[in-house]
Amino acid sequence: MIDIKNISKSFGDKEVLKDISALFKPSVSTLIIGSSGSGKTTLMKCMVGLHEPNEGHVEYDGRDFTALSFKERIDIRKEVGMLFQSSALFDSMTVEKNILFPLNMFTDMPRGEKKDRVNFVLERVNLAGTNKLFPAELSGGMKKRVGIARAIAMSPKYLFCDEPNSGLDPKTSILIDELIQEITIENNITTVVVTHDMNSVMGIGEHIIFLHQGQKWWEGSNKEITSTDNKELNEFVFATKLMETLLKK
Amino acid sequence: MIFHHFGKYILLLKAVFRKPEKFSIYKVEIFREMVDIGLGSLGIISIISVFIGAVTTVQTAFQLVSDLIPKSVIGGITRDSTILELSPTICSLVLAGKIGSSIASQIGTMRVTEQIDALEIMGINAPGYLILPKVVAGVLMIPMLVIISIFLSIMGGYLAGTASGAITSADFIQGLTTGFIPFTVTVAMVKAVVFAIIITTVSAYQGFYTNGGALEVGQSSTKAVVISCISILAADYVIAQLLL
Repeated sequence: MIDIKNISKSFGDKEVLKDISALFKPSVSTLIIGSSGSGKTTLMKCMVGLHEPNEGHVEYDGRDFTALSFKERIDIRKEVGMLFQSSALFDSMTVEKNILFPLNMFTDMPRGEKKDRVNFVLERVNLAGTNKLFPAELSGGMKKRVGIARAIAMSPKYLFCDEPNSGLDPKTSILIDELIQEITIENNITTVVVTHDMNSVMGIGEHIIFLHQGQKWWEGSNKEITSTDNKELNEFVFATKLMETLLKK
Repeated sequence: MIFHHFGKYILLLKAVFRKPEKFSIYKVEIFREMVDIGLGSLGIISIISVFIGAVTTVQTAFQLVSDLIPKSVIGGITRDSTILELSPTICSLVLAGKIGSSIASQIGTMRVTEQIDALEIMGINAPGYLILPKVVAGVLMIPMLVIISIFLSIMGGYLAGTASGAITSADFIQGLTTGFIPFTVTVAMVKAVVFAIIITTVSAYQGFYTNGGALEVGQSSTKAVVISCISILAADYVIAQLLL
């Protein structure tokens, strides 16, 4: 479980996040949604320690992450997996080496066991046999899946996904969403997904947080999101013609 | 502004020299970088060294018109200027262009494609993992390249001098072996080590703090070369003043 309390973050004079508190539960994919510039990615970066919040705390199962030093954070970071918007695979390494990287760095597993783990996670994301390929040889969807495989290689307790569907076709997007959802439930992971993809919202949005101008504007589920009277949320949700047409029908 | 960057540079170096997570992984990276920096630069260093020596000999011979000065002096001047100045400094300036731009663009690209963020999320000390192997490899390989450069430069001088008839083989060798001060090699090695640290760390700093996209990666790469070259020449003067 991740508990964020009163997070505020500014860059110079610009206040990007204002007093955000939320609870992220295990086995649930929590979606942080909002229009571009609403502070979604900044909030996620504050949660994982890539940005330091100006105020507030981030607690991982009661452990105050924000109060820890770089060294003290390593133990928590070993329990965190992250899928980046650009996949962030290491260009110079093959798929196998990308996934092996955290295992080599932080575990003393025998070589065979590590290889088994790589094959297991690759199979889990339906990419068995791609071990020797380089990131440049993969499609966008495959890169995302390798990113997921690398993120889950260390059996994380917390999974963060930054725009997992960006640049993907709707069909591949659904596959990625389903994969994230399945992994979350199978491994009892606390998953946080930053997205503005309404397909994801309607598909896996069991718990949704809507950010507007750096503030938590609305919180609920995909069952409630289409029937809310929140003006800004409605503008966001029904911004696409598809959603508008579906609602009319 | 300069102090702001200098402070950030010092803080980055502090993170670079933090205890590595796993020595075996760093060892592999150091060997990889040694191949890149050392073997990868051997060709260009060899070519420029031969010409540096050749030009030094021919130009020195052109300036020594007096009959009172023995021709063997040309060999001595070629040796000393090569060891003290030309090989360490010119090689380092060329390496700043070759290795420096490569380091800055490699790390800069990793920054803008979130690969450095990925390392940090995993709990890896990104400055240490990315920069330390380059610094160690540079400090080990650049002095070796300078030694090779000194040797090839003197060879180039010998060939150009004798081929052009500016000096006889015997005179050149006599000049080369007379009045040799071994301390000049120490000075060359000190310069090589200091220049290696400047090239690798300045370029890594520029790459590590790249912000934006492809355009900014290019700008970081250019800045890395310019600042490295200026720093090398400034350090060259300081070392010469202190050691000679």
